[in-house]
Amino acid sequence: MEHGSFTDNSAATFSLTDEDHTIANAVRFTLNQDPRVTFCGYSIPHPSEARVNIRVQTTGDPAREVLKDACQNLMLMCRHVRSTFDKAIEDFKASNAVKAMKIDSQDSSGDDSEESE
Amino acid sequence: MAEGVGEEKKKFSIWDLPDVPMGQLPPHLELQRSRVSCNKDAPIHTESIQYSGAYASMGIDNSSRLDRFSNNFRVEVVQLNKDDMEFDMIGIDAAIANSFRGILIAELPTMAIEKVLIANNTSIIQDEVLAHRLGLVPIRVDPRLFEYLSENDQPNEKNTIVFKLHVQCKRGSPRITVKLDALKWLPNGSELVKETRNATSDSSSKPETYTYFGCSQEIIPEFVKNPIIPKYPDIIIAKLGPGQEIELEAHAVKGIGKTHAKWSPVATAWYRMLPELRIDCNCRFLLF
Repeated sequence: MEHGSFTDNSAATFSLTDEDHTIANAVRFTLNQDPRVTFCGYSIPHPSEARVNIRVQTTGDPAREVLKDACQNLMLMCRHVRSTFDKAIEDFKASNAVKAMKIDSQDSSGDDSEESE
Repeated sequence: MAEGVGEEKKKFSIWDLPDVPMGQLPPHLELQRSRVSCNKDAPIHTESIQYSGAYASMGIDNSSRLDRFSNNFRVEVVQLNKDDMEFDMIGIDAAIANSFRGILIAELPTMAIEKVLIANNTSIIQDEVLAHRLGLVPIRVDPRLFEYLSENDQPNEKNTIVFKLHVQCKRGSPRITVKLDALKWLPNGSELVKETRNATSDSSSKPETYTYFGCSQEIIPEFVKNPIIPKYPDIIIAKLGPGQEIELEAHAVKGIGKTHAKWSPVATAWYRMLPELRIDCNCRFLLF
């Protein structure tokens, strides 16, 4: 739901239902990074009701376009985080596997020497 | 002659001073922007300066573009065990990290027991207490192999897991403790028969049960390798005295932690800022 004025579409309040701080804080962060934004913030009118109001004021661009771009940026950021995270896990597992193999080979060589004696 | 003096004064510019780095914040402002300092009574600079025009008067662009973020962002895994994990995210803001933490706790789906059909319970544990305990049991299964069960759907093999528990303590034998290894997986669906009021129903057809499994869940290859069992088979569910019996069937469905904490996949998830220690060279300290 968007509350704004028909004549001036560079400032609007978007009311999102069934949302909470999780998405509102993240969207507010990406909105702030956008140079077209003069003011942005979010509020939760009542904690028992799952509703979030996000206020966006821009330097002339329509507010809903700026919000859409911010959501898109957030999505790309999360996608990048996901791929970096997957890669870091794989690297960690690979390096740990190498370490485990080295420990195993040391142990087995130690056992062989004991058995021969 | 006054104009000549005025022209000379105009040529002097503050940006020509040698110790103001161009395009960068002076070091004290950079410290304020990027670090939270822990002082004697409280931490300061905790709010992160996110506004893109915050340093516009100095000519510095604080907006973060996606390419800069992609280049600077790193993940380093510190520890990775079967049941817990610790990793560092460098180059990300606290707002996004907090969103990840919230999503981990509340919005990742898992399977948990939702409906408990109790046929017989003569133990001292009340029905609802028993059902509540069964709901909190963690089940070792990949929730991505299942679909959500909504109100209009019928429970079938794609959205339900059926477990059965039938223990009894015979008269004369000592008290027994019912642990989770007594919970058996039924890959063919429910075995409890629904009472049909239709007296003219065909007696040779299969009796109607509480689930409508089209095929057995055993044939799915993931379950052949890892049969669905509770994760910790030594959790105590109930204790029975002589002559007491529990017979029930439990149906597990997919859900998220927002609805009920039993569907939360993590015991907990938290984040903290990476600590940075700077030792001031000027102070002398005694080494013991």
